[in-house]
Amino acid sequence: MGINTIPSGWFLENAWLIALIPAIGFALIIAFGKKLPMKGSEIGIASITASLVISVGAAVQWIQRTNFVDQTTEGYVEPVIKTWTWWQSGGVEFGLGQHIDGLAVLLLLLVAFISLLVQIFSLEYLRGDRRYTHFFAALTLFSSGMLVMVLAENMVQIILGWELMGLCSFLLIGHWWEDGANSRAALKAFFTVRVGDVGLLVGTAIVFFGAHQWAVDNLDSHGFSVQAISAWALSGEASSSVLFWGSIALFIAAIGKSGQFPLHTWLPDAMAGPTPVSSLLHSSTMVVAGVFLVARLYPLFWEGLSIGPGAINLIAIIGVITLIVAALLAFVQNDIKKVLAYSTVSQLGYMMLGLGTGAWLPAVFHIFTHAFFKCALFLCAGSVSHSGSHHSFDMKKDMGGLARKMPITAGTWIISTLALAGIFPLSGFFSKDEIIANAGYNGYNLFMWLAFLGAFMTAAYMARATYLTFFGTPRGAAAGEHHDEHHDDAHVDDHGDAHADDHSLVHAGAHDDHGAHGPHESGPLILVPIVILTFLASIAGFTNAVPFGENFEILKRYVEPRAEVVAIEDTRVTIAGGPGQSIGQAIGSSAPQAKYDDACGYAAPPEGTVCLFPAVSHAPFKWSKGFLALGIVGAGLVSSWLFSIALYTKRDRRLVGLTERFAPARWGYQFLWNKYYLDHLYEKVIVRVVAYPISAAAYWFNQKVLDRIVDTAGTSTRQAGEFVYRNIDQTLVDGAVNASGLVASETGHALQPVQSGKVNQYGALLFGAAAVAAIVLVIINV
Amino acid sequence: MLAVNFLILAAVLFSIGVFGVIARRNAVMVLMSVELVLNSVMLNLVAFSQITDSIDGQLFTLFVIAIAAAEVGVGLAMVLMVYRNRRSIALDELSEMKG
Repeated sequence: MGINTIPSGWFLENAWLIALIPAIGFALIIAFGKKLPMKGSEIGIASITASLVISVGAAVQWIQRTNFVDQTTEGYVEPVIKTWTWWQSGGVEFGLGQHIDGLAVLLLLLVAFISLLVQIFSLEYLRGDRRYTHFFAALTLFSSGMLVMVLAENMVQIILGWELMGLCSFLLIGHWWEDGANSRAALKAFFTVRVGDVGLLVGTAIVFFGAHQWAVDNLDSHGFSVQAISAWALSGEASSSVLFWGSIALFIAAIGKSGQFPLHTWLPDAMAGPTPVSSLLHSSTMVVAGVFLVARLYPLFWEGLSIGPGAINLIAIIGVITLIVAALLAFVQNDIKKVLAYSTVSQLGYMMLGLGTGAWLPAVFHIFTHAFFKCALFLCAGSVSHSGSHHSFDMKKDMGGLARKMPITAGTWIISTLALAGIFPLSGFFSKDEIIANAGYNGYNLFMWLAFLGAFMTAAYMARATYLTFFGTPRGAAAGEHHDEHHDDAHVDDHGDAHADDHSLVHAGAHDDHGAHGPHESGPLILVPIVILTFLASIAGFTNAVPFGENFEILKRYVEPRAEVVAIEDTRVTIAGGPGQSIGQAIGSSAPQAKYDDACGYAAPPEGTVCLFPAVSHAPFKWSKGFLALGIVGAGLVSSWLFSIALYTKRDRRLVGLTERFAPARWGYQFLWNKYYLDHLYEKVIVRVVAYPISAAAYWFNQKVLDRIVDTAGTSTRQAGEFVYRNIDQTLVDGAVNASGLVASETGHALQPVQSGKVNQYGALLFGAAAVAAIVLVIINV
Repeated sequence: MLAVNFLILAAVLFSIGVFGVIARRNAVMVLMSVELVLNSVMLNLVAFSQITDSIDGQLFTLFVIAIAAAEVGVGLAMVLMVYRNRRSIALDELSEMKG
């Protein structure tokens, strides 16, 4: 059955508009934003709204398409692929296009939705900012970059979206660049991610050279196409070393972008940006990009890192290290946004752990749920600093007891916290437990227990942050104290780190109105997005609630690609050609085949067919594990809560000052406070050891080799110039000029007598010449 | 044969005119010599018109007569002006255009 009979629909066919509209919106904001009544923010919101509408349409039509396939063949649901040639070089076409499948639809919806709420939040939060227009422009382009990547049909487009996000994150983190710490944080984020980006380029090149010939021979496609790479990886014909190194290189890119263990240091510093930026960056864009890259090219990682056979692999190891390490760091933070930042890093570790242990769907599900509650938490933090703590983010200095003053913010924060910790029936319970359960089900028992430990720590550090912010006694700004010098304190306190000083630069005018009447609840433009997000964070878990049976596994049905072999149709259509020609036609009908023993990802597909997704397993839900997880989370919440009361409010003498008195505790605290000395390692050791000798060598090379070359070149040029001046310019050129002048002058003198001024002579010449001409004519004619 | 006689006459007139142009000092004489040259040319035109049995040559002759009249008018006016300025019309004294 051909592609033409599967229902597609306008929204699926034109899903590329979802990414294009915000990109155009960006250009319009830059061009006309400042002249508009709302300073360009209306364009940003309108373009994201349009993207959201198209995303919803695409999601509905994707569901219809899947239902149709279910009723007929129950096979692989073909993605809607389109490609346009962007440029071509050496016979290879670099295209832009769309690859719409369940994963893309889910993330398009998510990104467009979260971006819209964040922009609405920013309307109020950044009111009066000096670069309001540019902020909205960069925010819109940021969303567009993520959408471009989510839509990407080929690796080149993934790189395009990836780099767009890198650029915009730099712009947004450094939004208040007047403060040196902010621009340092922006640079740090940019360069750290850049380290990973090298992996993306190298990995793309490796995979291209591995897959290209196969793709041309078998699919009439090319080595950049995501679909061709997936089919190639699962074909059984790919070289295992190419698969291995390609997936390692691409995973390094994901490490950089998604803040995984060795390169996670940029993420907490990225808090220097305005809170809406942190919220967007941490929930649906940027950091999710690395996870998305792995999810998108999952067949490649599946084969390259032997996830299928259950090998201990790099993704799972990095994921679990990140998850533990970041959760530990979250305990020693005083900045509310940094707690959330490390929490994000830790949750990204969960996603990577899921991907690395074969739990593809739970990882994607966790992206989905995490976006809602993490976005809500960040916006709550923004709300607290905006209206409760006088633009400070320091929980110990300027917060405490805010629950009474800001009941809505506190309520949404607590619900989102419980969702993050994984309390039934909020969304985190379903997604996180599915990752943990699947890790165990696939044989990764150690990783499963470490993930349980991570869940305990998540609950504990979030309980600490909740207590410090909303309960206990009000301190500092939360108590109504208005001290102007507090941001200096914040810096001293922060070990000179890049720190979010939202306050000093925003609201230059409205600043004084705030502190005057102490903490209060935020306005509707801030609260409405938070409430919506919190509501979704509560119910999003039911989109794939495994405990309630098949009917609730919506994501499994519509998002996870089916691991079915797909026949390569004989009637192939080449990709080149007019706009929108589908390469989906190269891969046509699907044939239901036997399951599992020879399923995709475990055995090579039969001749004439390809696999496009491995047969991932799904752990059946066990209530025993569910209760175990709930118990662990509950223990984490309660123990941390009691500890916080004892330490922060009752000032229990056994606990206060423990880190000063008790050496192991002090060492541990110092170790965490200095973030495992990773920043020291990067800045003091690696930069010193690597960069200084290189710069010294470069200086020597510069002075001794390059300068000499330049000097020699200069001297010899001068000598050559003098030689040319003497011999060619003076002799040859001037000689020629003088000689021609001389010849003209002499000729003139010679002809001078002819010009006698006597009419008779002129007449004689005239007639003489006529006579000569007549004689010549006569001679010629005769 | 009749036509050849005309041509010979024209050649003689032309030669006389050329001699006059080259040899005479008096500007009026030179102008008259130029008229002779022109008349010889007109004679040729009429003769050839007779030979080819065509009216064209005679028509051209009428044009040349008209142009010659104009040319003489201009030439005599210039001679008159030269005489007024210099009290002489000797051409060998008018050599300001010597190069």
